[in-house]
Amino acid sequence: MSSPAPLDQLIACPSCDALHRSARLGESERAACARCGTLLITPRARSFLHVIALAFTAMILMIAAIFFPFLKISAQGFSHASSVFEVAMAFSEGFLAPLAFAVLMLIVGLPILRFGALIYVLWPLANARPAWPHAAQAFRLAEELEPWSMAEIFIIGTAVALVKIGGLASVSLGPAFWAFCALIIVTALKNAFLSQWTIWDAIGRK
Amino acid sequence: MTVLTARDAGLVGCTRCGRVWPEGTAECGRCGARLHPVDGRGLQRVWAWWLAGLIFYIPANLTPMLRTATLTGHQENTILGGVVELVAHGSYFVAAIVFLASIVIPISKFLAIAYLALSVGNERRAGAHPHLHLYEVVEFIGRWSMIDVFVVAILSALVQLGTVASIHPGPAAASFALSVALTMLSAQSFDPRLIWRGPARTTGP
Repeated sequence: MSSPAPLDQLIACPSCDALHRSARLGESERAACARCGTLLITPRARSFLHVIALAFTAMILMIAAIFFPFLKISAQGFSHASSVFEVAMAFSEGFLAPLAFAVLMLIVGLPILRFGALIYVLWPLANARPAWPHAAQAFRLAEELEPWSMAEIFIIGTAVALVKIGGLASVSLGPAFWAFCALIIVTALKNAFLSQWTIWDAIGRK
Repeated sequence: MTVLTARDAGLVGCTRCGRVWPEGTAECGRCGARLHPVDGRGLQRVWAWWLAGLIFYIPANLTPMLRTATLTGHQENTILGGVVELVAHGSYFVAAIVFLASIVIPISKFLAIAYLALSVGNERRAGAHPHLHLYEVVEFIGRWSMIDVFVVAILSALVQLGTVASIHPGPAAASFALSVALTMLSAQSFDPRLIWRGPARTTGP
């Protein structure tokens, strides 16, 4: 790595700043940082199309998860059903109201925004066309929001809540619960197909 | 092993997309992210978020998280109180999950971030790899603390059975959510490239 190379062929490891020269990799190859082992390039065959398909699926599941009933409990003749929307709105009374908005964003808003941004960025790239305007901003937004989209944490929270209610009342799971579970799997698959560097490279080539 | 870093080469690397630019460039021309030189200035932001998160963690533990009203009585539970109750009911597994997510993880996160920020530049003794792994674990696991906030939301939305039982959220839900969000920001502000500055200096050319 002693001979000078054009800057657009270099990668600086985001974790340790070590310089690498980038390379086009084959389908099953991956490139990791020589010093700290952080994965730098993880291309997969036709991954753009896979990600688009999975993001579409996730979006449809999320819409189903919002509108179908989520959970229903009944005890001693009383019963009460809740949608995901009502779960977020549990905080809407009094000074906790901002938390209702935050929870709604964490479990529904940000995931949808991310799926939309990914589709917007990858659609032209998958069709071998130049990226649409503001694709870089859209993809950066999707990447920055990743730790804040918490659909999978919400589902584990549901499981804990069910155990807590268990002794108090009987609970039935609605279609939205299963839609949410499917959503988690689809999202995990989508992340596995996502190769950030490959996408940045494609956006940057114009 | 001698490693040439972007910094040693008079360049600055984008931490978002990996693209490399000449030193002094303010914004990445490919992804638009702000470029940060590898220096300790970002640590101030780490400490600011860390302290804010710690401040909100105190009321999160002292005020009630859940207010339960049943036929037999009225009850207020703090985070720890909820765990104790789960154990009393015999749900050890779930008690362990809640205990991990709302007590062990937040506290060890505060300790881990403080340790990483304090030991920047002194990694030569322990080596940089364990520090990087610690940072990755903190980044990965921090958001899972939000689980307790979701549990409270689900319980309060669902358990509305008139006089039989009703659950309402307490003020701790808000301060706990804020504390988790602030410590996530603190961890995100930490620049892992700092971990490697110590070793790089001793082995570099």
